[in-house]
Amino acid sequence: MATKHSRAAARLMISPAVILLLGWMIIPLGMTLYFSFLRYNLLMPGMEEFTGLANYRFFLTDPAFFAALKNTLLLVGGVLLVTVVGGVLLALMLDQPFFGQGIVRILVIAPFFVMPTVSALVWKNMFMNPVNGLFAHAAKALGMQPFDFLSAAPLASIIGIVSWQWLPFATLILLTALQSLDQEQLEAAEMDGAPWIKRFFYIMLPHLARAITVVILIQTIFLLSVFAEILVTTNGGPGVASTNLTYLIYVQSLLQFDVGGGSAGGVVAIILANIVAIFLMRMIGKNLDA
Amino acid sequence: MARAVSTRRKLLTTVFAWLVGLAIFFPILWTILTSFKTEAAAIASPPVWFNFHWTLDNYVTVQNRSNYFRHFSNSVIISVGSTLLGLIIAIPAAWSMAFVPAKRTKDVLMWMLSTKMLPPVGVLVPIYLIFRDLGILDTRIGLVIVLTLINLPIIVWMLYTYFKEIPGEILEAARMDGASLREEIIYVLTPMAIPGMASTVLLNIILAWNEAFWTLNLTAARAAPLTAFIASYSSPEGLFYAKLSAASTMAIAPILIMGWFSQKQLVRGLTFGAVK
Repeated sequence: MATKHSRAAARLMISPAVILLLGWMIIPLGMTLYFSFLRYNLLMPGMEEFTGLANYRFFLTDPAFFAALKNTLLLVGGVLLVTVVGGVLLALMLDQPFFGQGIVRILVIAPFFVMPTVSALVWKNMFMNPVNGLFAHAAKALGMQPFDFLSAAPLASIIGIVSWQWLPFATLILLTALQSLDQEQLEAAEMDGAPWIKRFFYIMLPHLARAITVVILIQTIFLLSVFAEILVTTNGGPGVASTNLTYLIYVQSLLQFDVGGGSAGGVVAIILANIVAIFLMRMIGKNLDA
Repeated sequence: MARAVSTRRKLLTTVFAWLVGLAIFFPILWTILTSFKTEAAAIASPPVWFNFHWTLDNYVTVQNRSNYFRHFSNSVIISVGSTLLGLIIAIPAAWSMAFVPAKRTKDVLMWMLSTKMLPPVGVLVPIYLIFRDLGILDTRIGLVIVLTLINLPIIVWMLYTYFKEIPGEILEAARMDGASLREEIIYVLTPMAIPGMASTVLLNIILAWNEAFWTLNLTAARAAPLTAFIASYSSPEGLFYAKLSAASTMAIAPILIMGWFSQKQLVRGLTFGAVK
């Protein structure tokens, strides 16, 4: 079907995309790798020198690195837990027949379209602020002390904010998967006397397994690089209590101008992200043949 | 066959679902409400819900003080520009992969997607330095380039999955009838691909509009789109809830509406068709 002529044309048409993406990948990546072996501070131009693995030693032995690594894992894990469990429950709810289904669905997915800086600012000031925030008002109305969310529990607060943003994504995808479930199968199980809980665990959950994996893998890629929410709410603090790897590398390279150290951190981040990516690619790759 | 559900149960579900939906939507609703309050009403204790003096002053002030529309137009130019540029590069690529598949097409697709897995912070410094040396830090052109490149894999993938669904027989028939490659693309393929392209455009505008990492790090005053502009409200002197809310409402409204219209395509676009 495809002629030699059209094959040549196809190769020509695909090349701009391939060349651009190749450049986007190789040039900065190569530079990051190169910088990571240099002593390179933006404030001292011309002083660059080769230092071997010193940047890596410095970055990997910095106590802040372990704090950031732990925070990154907690942030990703925490948000995944909330969004997957919450998403399954919300999807089950939206799958039921009720009045105004379409509108409720629209309300539930709305947070996904709110830009991260807006959602961070709104939560920080209008909800979590210990003086004027709605949560403080609610606490006072109930006769309790207002809780200073972002100073007392910065990481948990950020997990809350990010979960709110990502809950719609999980819900939307799980709902789509749920709706493709064969209704007759469920009815048959019901007629055979399987209670709801058994129908959920033996039919619905296995059916959702694939969608849940997709949600986990895609969210992980995005959640590993959470940045704006931290910048706007806590600036990584107090101390490094809410600094994740992305934020730590940003501070190192753009606030402390230590390009070498920041690049070493960048390489570490790339390696970590790739471990996750391998699983994701394999999943999607399998789907391509189907 | 729809299952019979008792009215009582349906009513109960309705009440419960609406409560949950409103709870999730509440921060957005509260922001919109606050944007119409005076600053005094915005921080009133106990909070006022609907019985306040509604005003548009905050919207006027936000525009007058910081030229909101410049940031708005930056956002529009950057998100629309990067989407269009992405389409121009992606359409031929997706077309050839879908209709003239080679042995390595699948590998190329997977590789393109893999560039999406690159953590932005890992390449921030080089991009920052390249942009500085080229003099395109804090320019709209610079951001258009970056956002085009980070969203290009998604555009290619979405278009590829949509093109794949167009039956090859129709194209063959057109070819038999003597259509040239150019005519085939313009008169046969494009009309069939328009719905898919429309949702690709929508999703990419949404993604580009909300992109925060690159906009925060590569812009200062001139080219700052709304994401970066809103972040400037986090400084202590920016803490005016009503004005913050007005700016926020204006920043999210267009994309919220666009998102609601494209929710179906969103699932497909974001999961690359892995969930049906």
